[in-house]
Amino acid sequence: MIESVNNWLNGLSDTQSLLLFTSIKAIGAFSVMMFMVAYTVVLERRLCAWIQDRIGPNRVGPFGLLQPAADGIKAFFKEEMTPAHVRKIFFTLAPMLALIPAILNLAVIPFGSTLGKQPMVLADLNVGILYTFGIVSLGVYSIVLAGYAANSKYPFLGGIRSTAQLISYEIAMGMSVIPIFLYVGNLNLSSVITAQTGTQLGVLPNWFALQNPMTFLAFCIFLVSAFAETNRTPFDLPEAEQELAGGYNVEYSAIKFAMFFMGEYANMILVSAMMVTLFFGGWTLPWFGLDQPATTPIGGVLHIGIFLGKVFLFLVMFVWIRWMWPRFRYDQLMDLGWRRFIPVALANILVTAVWLWWRSAQ
Amino acid sequence: MIIKRKPLNLAERLYLPAIIGGFKVTLRHLLKKKVTMQYPEEKWVVPEGYRGAPYLVKDQEGNTKCVSCQLCEFVCPPKAIKITPPGPAGQLADRANAEKMPKEFEINMLRCIFCGFCQEVCPEEAIFLQKDYSLTGTSRAEMIYNKEKLLALGGVHAGVQKWKHKADEAKEQESFPVKA
Repeated sequence: MIESVNNWLNGLSDTQSLLLFTSIKAIGAFSVMMFMVAYTVVLERRLCAWIQDRIGPNRVGPFGLLQPAADGIKAFFKEEMTPAHVRKIFFTLAPMLALIPAILNLAVIPFGSTLGKQPMVLADLNVGILYTFGIVSLGVYSIVLAGYAANSKYPFLGGIRSTAQLISYEIAMGMSVIPIFLYVGNLNLSSVITAQTGTQLGVLPNWFALQNPMTFLAFCIFLVSAFAETNRTPFDLPEAEQELAGGYNVEYSAIKFAMFFMGEYANMILVSAMMVTLFFGGWTLPWFGLDQPATTPIGGVLHIGIFLGKVFLFLVMFVWIRWMWPRFRYDQLMDLGWRRFIPVALANILVTAVWLWWRSAQ
Repeated sequence: MIIKRKPLNLAERLYLPAIIGGFKVTLRHLLKKKVTMQYPEEKWVVPEGYRGAPYLVKDQEGNTKCVSCQLCEFVCPPKAIKITPPGPAGQLADRANAEKMPKEFEINMLRCIFCGFCQEVCPEEAIFLQKDYSLTGTSRAEMIYNKEKLLALGGVHAGVQKWKHKADEAKEQESFPVKA
């Protein structure tokens, strides 16, 4: 049985096997991501409950672990209201667009080293980071369209805020990673990971977040911009419950409403994966030789586990921060983006470039 | 009045003290004992004097205390109580010191507002607001409690013995001055 499968696999042409394995990886990565989206919601609800001295949802299944299933069933079977005053096409389009950028970006994230002969990345693009930023900038359309399509004031205000916020922080975000690529020398995300292998001072990981002050600063700017880009507290102005009664998603109900939430959590996961890849060594750990591509299937699975573990830690941080700090005021947000982060990111690029030039001249 | 605002120092402008403060508070609460009560499994202790559902009680001999005077029916603000008296040729009371007892006694628990007027007005101390607070049923008809059900739920109220107290009171009033 296994032999015949093997023979069939070996008999495939290169194109056929690429097609087969890429679809398997795509389906796998997509399912893992959707699973994580569901359980990030549980994580959020439980962690926020604990922080507020409550217990949180613990009734559905053991420890409340089947809660996402219940939520999903509810979202699908609820009556879906389309208010008479909305612009119907955009109203339907917006929730779809909420999920798409995050899923598309999954393609370039190296989520493991190798499993068998397959590299654990869907598309090892040489312009990986450019692709990422290209897709990330599409993320704003779902919120803008939702705000515009709803044709009422609170969603509209949410949409406007979101446009301004996402556009501002995209600049800071994009510029913050340039020093990393100055170090690495190309735009491929797999080579970013290769550049972070090994240790410094014997024990500390050689990750970009810890490597030197410039890359650390880059990480700080990227982190804050990531919060702004994913509309998470302290930058959740587009959906500010208290001021805008929910913001861009006011007019939505049932599964369309749930799509926005899935989009938000998918974006959180994606941005966490980006941070892990760019600043925390991706699937590597500097100890026990875990920073070299795996040669055995167990090693390959272990690398995927390491990657998911790092992403999970970032998700916990995202959730925790939401229940820790209040929201920024709108002018503070803009001030921070345009008058602090963009100049600092620019200066960071300059300093890094000068430092690299000086080092190569030595 | 104009309040002078202290200019923020560098650490404050980087939001660092706020970040650390927020982290400390949330971490403390994260590890704290939770206040949630797991309701159907855990229940709160109903305090003395709580006004729950009104039920009919029996005396220490297990006889019906209600004498069908209908005062509670008249006083009931939402008209939740409906008493059917036995009529002139009806059944006699099952205890001494009483002429009759109700043929049927119904409380519509959907209407009852737990005000306690029935308990207050009852000359026979036959109805008491007890500790039940979560009454459920699958139909409206099921929520109308009849005499049998009310007596079963109410139980024996041996603590309050009206006729014994009346005798004691009468004895006290024989001497002067009357004690408070």
